Amino acid sequence: MDQIIHYFFDFSLMKTYWPEILWGFLVTVEMSILTVAIGIPLGLAIAIVRLYRIVPLNALIVLYIDFFRSIPQLVLIVLTYFAVPYFGLVLEPFAATVLALVLVLSSFAEEIFWACINSVSRGQWEAGRSTGLGFNQTLFQVVLPQAIRMSIPPLTNRAIAISKGTTLGSVVAVPELLNVTSSIQSNVANPTALTVGAVLFLLLFLPFVRFTRWLERVYSHPS
Amino acid sequence: MSDLVATFLNLDVLRQIWPLLLQGLWMTLALAIVAVPLSIALGIVVAVAQDLPSRPLRALLAVYTDVLRAFPPLVLLIFIFYGLPFLGVKLTGFPAAVLALTLNGSSYFSEIFRAGLESIPKGQREAARSTGLSWLQSMSYVVIPQGARNVLPDLVSNTVELVKQTSIASVVALQELLRSAQIAQGLVYNPTPLVAAAAIYLLMFWPFVRIVSRLQRKSVAHFG
Repeated sequence: MDQIIHYFFDFSLMKTYWPEILWGFLVTVEMSILTVAIGIPLGLAIAIVRLYRIVPLNALIVLYIDFFRSIPQLVLIVLTYFAVPYFGLVLEPFAATVLALVLVLSSFAEEIFWACINSVSRGQWEAGRSTGLGFNQTLFQVVLPQAIRMSIPPLTNRAIAISKGTTLGSVVAVPELLNVTSSIQSNVANPTALTVGAVLFLLLFLPFVRFTRWLERVYSHPS
Repeated sequence: MSDLVATFLNLDVLRQIWPLLLQGLWMTLALAIVAVPLSIALGIVVAVAQDLPSRPLRALLAVYTDVLRAFPPLVLLIFIFYGLPFLGVKLTGFPAAVLALTLNGSSYFSEIFRAGLESIPKGQREAARSTGLSWLQSMSYVVIPQGARNVLPDLVSNTVELVKQTSIASVVALQELLRSAQIAQGLVYNPTPLVAAAAIYLLMFWPFVRIVSRLQRKSVAHFG
């Protein structure tokens, strides 16, 4: 027991490191927000474009979403960071990680929006059109509001899973929380820093995980 | 164009590093073959145990699944690989990766199985029990087969995610596919190995990603 406290909860060792840890935490939060704030609207935009059924464009869209859903996030980050520079385009580690995560999240988001748009019953489309609304009006005022409401639970799950992928940025030396805490761990030869990192990750993501439980309850018993 | 091919898909380089990549692919498959069944088994146990009439046990299991779903898998792996040795528990790359993947994977699987169990009306179970089937029999012959079918898209998609995640094992120097490609890239100073590894992952997962899309479209009111 003493050993556990000495190795995993010796917070006196962290005294000089708190600012660095806080900074790493903020980088993690920043990356997560950027990924979600760009990835989800991008996914929605792609799903809307796909609705216009322009054949060559739709083939490209399917290729895009299949590609980014098939490649592991870490592989994509490594590829963006180490292979793209051979094109002459050098990305900062931060930008490379966020770009990779945005591409992945937008693909999953597109698939979710697409499935939800398609599950809005045909009658809704027909009713909208027969009251004199145009295609766009029916889409934006009748179908999309329902589809977006349906998509919230799966989208939240996916957004959390991909935000957790910000930790993969540590592999290309983004100074996010995992990177900071694991380098402190090796500096002071004590894993308390890892405990601190783990607690902060829990603080960040656990509320969202609890939120998805609540969402699932609300959605499975609509009042 | 020929420059581009020479850089990103250099066949000479590919021939040279192919054995290394293949070796990595086997390691990735080995991780998957061990971690996926373990995660599924543990996920079933956690889901079914939440059915037992014990409030503290249910609360404990809810904490287990929530905490593990909140933890980034890489954080878990780093903790296991670099933290546990301080307690005298030294795991090499393979078991550490399997442990991290299984803990993380089981929490997702248990949530999926729980959703599957809850999708079967109570009357089914009562009917099964009243015809003389035991609890275990009614679970395994009546509830689980139907529940599993209801959550099939999620099961396939979560399995794909889990296998994709084996790539994080590269961080603890386990020589799976990604790690092999990185080593190879260091040897030949050329991104061909990374591109080839990405192509292998793509070929491996693409069919399953298609299947998931197809399955999801069939189950209309589908909530993640």
